[in-house]
Amino acid sequence: MTQATISLRNTLWLTAALAMVAAPHAVRLPWWVTMLAVVLALWRVYVGRTRLDLPRKWLLLMVVVGATAGIYLKYRTIFGRDAGVALLIIMLALKVLETRTQRDAVLLIFLAYFLVITNFLYSQTVPTALYMLICVWVITAGMIGLNYMQPPRGYQNQLRTAGLLLAQSAPLMLVLFLFFPRVSGPLWGLPHDAYSGVTGLSDTMSPGSIAELTLSDAVAFRVEFKSAVPQPQDLYWRGPVMWDLHGSTWNIGRYHFGEPHYRALSEPLEYVVTLEPHNKPWLFALDLPGKVPPRTKVTSDLQLVANRPVTSRARYDMTSHLEARYGVDEHPLVLRRALQLPSASNPRTVAFARKLREKFADDGRLMREVLSMFRKENFFYTLSPPLLGNHPVDDFLFETRKGFCEHYASAFAVLMRAAGIPARIVTGYLGGELNPLGNYMIVRQSDAHAWTEVWVRDQGWVRVDPTAAVSPERVQSGIAAAVPRTDPLPLFVRGDYAWLRQVRLTWDSLANTWNQWVLGYNQERQHRLLSNVGIDDATWRSLAIILVGATCLILIVLSPLMLRKLRTTVSDPVKLAYLRFCGKLKRKGVPRDPAEGPTDYAARLSRIRPDLAPAVAAITRLYVTLRYGADPDPAGIRELQQQVRQFSA
Amino acid sequence: MYAALKQYLDRWLFQLRGPQSGVIVLVQRRVFILPTRQGIVFGAVLVLMLIGAINYGLSLGFVLTFLLVAMGFNAMIYTFRNLANLRLSATRTQPVFTGEKAHFTVCIDNPGEADRYSIGLTKDRQEVTFVDVPARRLAFASIGIPAVRRGLLRPGRLTLFTRYPLGLYYAWAYLELDTQCMVYPRPAPPGLPLPSAESNAGQGAQRGQGREDFAGLRPYHPSDSPRHIAWKAAARGQGLLTKQFSGRADTELWLDWGQLPPHMHVEDRLSHLTRWVLDAHALGMGFGLRIPGKTIPPGAGVAQSARCLETLALFEIPHDPGHDQSA
Repeated sequence: MTQATISLRNTLWLTAALAMVAAPHAVRLPWWVTMLAVVLALWRVYVGRTRLDLPRKWLLLMVVVGATAGIYLKYRTIFGRDAGVALLIIMLALKVLETRTQRDAVLLIFLAYFLVITNFLYSQTVPTALYMLICVWVITAGMIGLNYMQPPRGYQNQLRTAGLLLAQSAPLMLVLFLFFPRVSGPLWGLPHDAYSGVTGLSDTMSPGSIAELTLSDAVAFRVEFKSAVPQPQDLYWRGPVMWDLHGSTWNIGRYHFGEPHYRALSEPLEYVVTLEPHNKPWLFALDLPGKVPPRTKVTSDLQLVANRPVTSRARYDMTSHLEARYGVDEHPLVLRRALQLPSASNPRTVAFARKLREKFADDGRLMREVLSMFRKENFFYTLSPPLLGNHPVDDFLFETRKGFCEHYASAFAVLMRAAGIPARIVTGYLGGELNPLGNYMIVRQSDAHAWTEVWVRDQGWVRVDPTAAVSPERVQSGIAAAVPRTDPLPLFVRGDYAWLRQVRLTWDSLANTWNQWVLGYNQERQHRLLSNVGIDDATWRSLAIILVGATCLILIVLSPLMLRKLRTTVSDPVKLAYLRFCGKLKRKGVPRDPAEGPTDYAARLSRIRPDLAPAVAAITRLYVTLRYGADPDPAGIRELQQQVRQFSA
Repeated sequence: MYAALKQYLDRWLFQLRGPQSGVIVLVQRRVFILPTRQGIVFGAVLVLMLIGAINYGLSLGFVLTFLLVAMGFNAMIYTFRNLANLRLSATRTQPVFTGEKAHFTVCIDNPGEADRYSIGLTKDRQEVTFVDVPARRLAFASIGIPAVRRGLLRPGRLTLFTRYPLGLYYAWAYLELDTQCMVYPRPAPPGLPLPSAESNAGQGAQRGQGREDFAGLRPYHPSDSPRHIAWKAAARGQGLLTKQFSGRADTELWLDWGQLPPHMHVEDRLSHLTRWVLDAHALGMGFGLRIPGKTIPPGAGVAQSARCLETLALFEIPHDPGHDQSA
């Protein structure tokens, strides 16, 4: 029977369901893959409608070979996430085209479920989840459609059954989701492109790189403060630290892991960071990070570096000291590294710095002089600065004077180094938007920032943000207030419309809850949940016991719900009483024939069991009167019930 | 060993203890369920999806996989439910000739409020009949079983099954209905002349085929008068037929075992007699049947024909309630 040919109705339904699931991939696939899939699907529909023969095998084989070659040329591999999905889509479209039998159709259904999961490789947001839920509903309805031998009119029946089936699966799904033992991390090496396409800071900084990042309103991380939220000027989220300048590009250099020495000057500030995956190892924390999260190391220049790139949302507890003294006894070799400049580049800047050095012997005076130059002379803070030449700092300081934070940080660091003051660049984020719904802070890529740290004798490394000199608004009020209105900022970052802002914050609050509880549910959260219900150090065994127990419980509760309505329910008390009476007689070995009326039954009983005759006659008379009489009398019903109760054969 | 195990399973697990009369209610104990091959493949797909979800750390992958796992569990209940609590009873059967298919019709009564879909009835998995049984309705499922020998044919063990709604499970119940179908002997090929009425009755020639009232046609045999040949029918290409006339009401045609050649095999004799009964009935003649151990007095009409055919069907067959040709 599985070999039965598939009906047109089912073919169309399956093709539509697959198209629904594959649709989100369309924008990500090469255009010709999308086109090919659409053409193949339409061909199948045409063939189904006109009852033509399905295409020949060799033709399909040619399409397979051609498409595989095309995908290889495009991605240079046929494995990996993107190439794999492209190949899967083409294979599915071909499978649709050659689907003849029920068995093929069932395979298509399973592949459709599998295709749903591939969508989650790209997006796991609330809208995606809702859309995919609808897809699963439609696929399941298609599966039910395959099992009708005489399909009922319309599609309501299969849609309703599929909906019910899925709705009744929700409790068990929840139990499995919560208690199925979670293992962290990939089981084997992932294709290199598994997590591509995420934005974030990188290990280099060149003019324009941070400004480019600022154009994205993607969330970098979210923060829940356990106490008061710090002042805007303290919200410096420390990230990669740049040491080495090559041409116009700053590099992070090699990590030097080691316990940094600092002296806290303020109370520790506690908060929890939920970091979006950015495919790089850094964790972000407020300056100065006073704690190292698990599976993370700290470098001597206070970068938090995770053991593995952050490829899934990470949640970590953090402690920071907003005021601290650090690096007072820095190693001379480190200080020498912080003075390196590429030879024969930016000559005017170097000369200018030497002149300043002659003028100001004191490091503090020199710095103040440079900052006041940024403030007083016609320097502009803008997202779209002019291009710079071979000596980028020279060009910026003496020609264009328009730049974003990386220009100012870079120029300041070069000036300091040239003047003999150790300096380095710190990249990260500045500021954040507080969401009153849910009471947490959102830090976006548009908050990306770069500043400098200089080493001052007896004070150690000191943060100097030259951007604050040219644009104090950037620090106090965020990026939107700081750059000219004509700069191309994301609409949301502008925050011109109060209601839009409200909508956005509500949405983000929802997304945050979703991230925390659905997407962020991992081994750690599972353990925390279990310890909340009193199960500490949960083992696989205890989880298995919970799982099996909860599954049984749910099935026990749900089965009667699903199995109700199988029997005729008798609600008429008169009939009920009579049936009870018949039941008593049946147990005595004198059952009523299915076709026997009450009066005939009573007559037969009086012949075979004369001892029962009076009681049987009374009950039968009462029953017949009540059931077929004009108006059943409540007292009569009570009398019948009474007599049946007392009747014992 | 295997046979003993099968018998044990039949008796203990499947509760098969011979035919059951009356209404069979598919209580929980009678409905069995196992995953289909599709169901096993589905499980394998789910394992793959789970591994994918773990490997890529896809939370929604877990959600989807677990949703489908839960759906797989529930589908088992749904499939079971599609069969549970149906009430089954046999309906009357129509006699057939050996070599034809005996049709057994099962009346499926759905007393509940839930519609039942795609319920299959089969004997041997080769021929399957599907019916839907809406809530509080009856449906009839018919199954044809080849009648290979004359006598009473019992349907034996029938299987009522379903895969609805997802095809992941196969739920079934075995039925041994207390019903039987009368299987007449296979009629000999037409063309065999009927014995002459007078030769049995010992009365004047041509009595039974008098000239008074036209009664019908029968195949020609060489002793017939050419004047009685239905030439019009011959012209229509129906072959040679002899016109029959009913003369006297007491015409007695005896279909006698002894009239057939003595060396003839029992089953062949029965076939010939069957053919004679059919021909005589078709011609509207009255006839009697005489076989060893049984004599049916002359008569005419459907009832007489059925009675004679039944007698031929049951010749030398013991009345064994457990007799089951198809086993």
